[in-house]
Amino acid sequence: MSIFSKYEGLASALSAVTAGGGRNPFNVVIEKPISSTVGLIEGRETLLFGTNNYLGLSQSPAAIEAAVDAVRAYGVGTTGSRIANGTQGLHRQLEERLCAFFRRRHCMVFSTGYQANLGTISALAGKDDYLLLDADSHASIYDGSRLGHAQVIRFRHNDADDLHKRLRRLEGTPGSKLIVVEGIYSMMGDVVPMAEFAAVKRETGAWLLADEAHSVGVMGEHGRGVAEADGVEDDVDFVVGTFSKSLGTVGGYCVSNHDGLDLIRLCSRPYMFTASLPPEVIAATMAALTELENRPELRVRLMDNARRLHAGLQAAGLRTGPQASPVVSVILDDVAVAVAFWNRLLDLGVYVNLSLPPATPDQHPLLRTSVMATHTPEQIDRAVEIFAVVAGEMGINRAA
Amino acid sequence: MSETVASVSALIVKTLLANPKVPRDINGSSKIVEDLAFDSLAVMNFVMEIEDTLDVSVPLDRLADIRTIDDLAACIVSLKQAS
Ligand SMILES: Cc1ncc(COP(=O)(O)O)c(C=O)c1O
Repeated sequence: MSIFSKYEGLASALSAVTAGGGRNPFNVVIEKPISSTVGLIEGRETLLFGTNNYLGLSQSPAAIEAAVDAVRAYGVGTTGSRIANGTQGLHRQLEERLCAFFRRRHCMVFSTGYQANLGTISALAGKDDYLLLDADSHASIYDGSRLGHAQVIRFRHNDADDLHKRLRRLEGTPGSKLIVVEGIYSMMGDVVPMAEFAAVKRETGAWLLADEAHSVGVMGEHGRGVAEADGVEDDVDFVVGTFSKSLGTVGGYCVSNHDGLDLIRLCSRPYMFTASLPPEVIAATMAALTELENRPELRVRLMDNARRLHAGLQAAGLRTGPQASPVVSVILDDVAVAVAFWNRLLDLGVYVNLSLPPATPDQHPLLRTSVMATHTPEQIDRAVEIFAVVAGEMGINRAA
Repeated sequence: MSETVASVSALIVKTLLANPKVPRDINGSSKIVEDLAFDSLAVMNFVMEIEDTLDVSVPLDRLADIRTIDDLAACIVSLKQAS
């Protein structure tokens, strides 16, 4: 028996996806970015509507210059973890910049956002503690819960009352209770009712961690995320985030006002046992953070674009999530239809993300699209037009 | 509380049968993943429904050891007794 035989089901699901002669969606190659919004795919210029590059900063000239300068000054890598092989000046600088941006006293930087969740959740919630996770949590949050030893309880998605009920059941049990929510959920683009969760946290004496991966740089007057937008930053004990979305680079972090965060550096395995961020990434991230701070108009344009795409797709008779946010997902019923739709969009020059169950909430396949501040209104209208054409071809536009 | 493994198991079967996709011939010894063709997400979502009915939370790590409907019923009864 082959070591791979347990994946036979996966193999047949994959061949079903490509059976109609379509592409393998997991093998699409973006040969080269032309700009933040256009990439070369199969030799054609294709509109990019499937990135997390919300502010377009992956192509920021200032960030590119900063990275080049840093590489020349410091070299290309750190060759080790900060605990084993040492912290470099740039790591400190980046942590100080993030503390200032979030107005919090402590910051730990990780090599990816995935590791930031793994490293904080597994270390904060110990053996006698309880983790309370939103049912639609990102894989990194579930994986963090498995790396640690706490008891893990799921509550219904975005439902603070359901969380409250579950915390009430734990009344009187020893151990800390750590609630984990996300700012914007990455599949449907729906926003957490953070103020409601903050109220439950206050009432029950639990701790609150918010993964603002998709909302930093996007929500809040200064771009600090949903906690800022809802005016409840003081109730959020830990903010986790990533550089790989609005900041356009790679890496993750946790910020907090609790002095204990520094101790986590010495017991968080995803922090201790992997190489730290290289100089060019840190330099580019700091330059991108400066742009994020100094160009609030990017957030205004992003939300204008989000509303334009959301309204356009709805007007085209497609079913989308309830809220206009930088992630707008078209909800379909049938996997084969979703696959054909996605292929046709790419034929006509629009790249979006094909998301299939069980990675999606409630078993529906999704065409996950995301907007950028750098999309022009014409690019958005063009994408909507192509969606409408394909929906028409496939006969799935509801009577609009 | 007066729940027994048999009464909880019967309640789980009844809840499951409300879903038309579930095979009609299930009983306490049916295996949740194999016999019901539930993936991990479907298992977690269905456990959430049972939790509401019985006012109990089943930690996810406990689910790892559960194979049959009776296993789940026994787990819930022990959690209720502990609380
Ligand atoms: C909610 C959420 N948290 C964490 C991550 C992980 O971030 P990264 O890609 O930086 O590892 C992602 C994205 O993949 C995400 O969507």
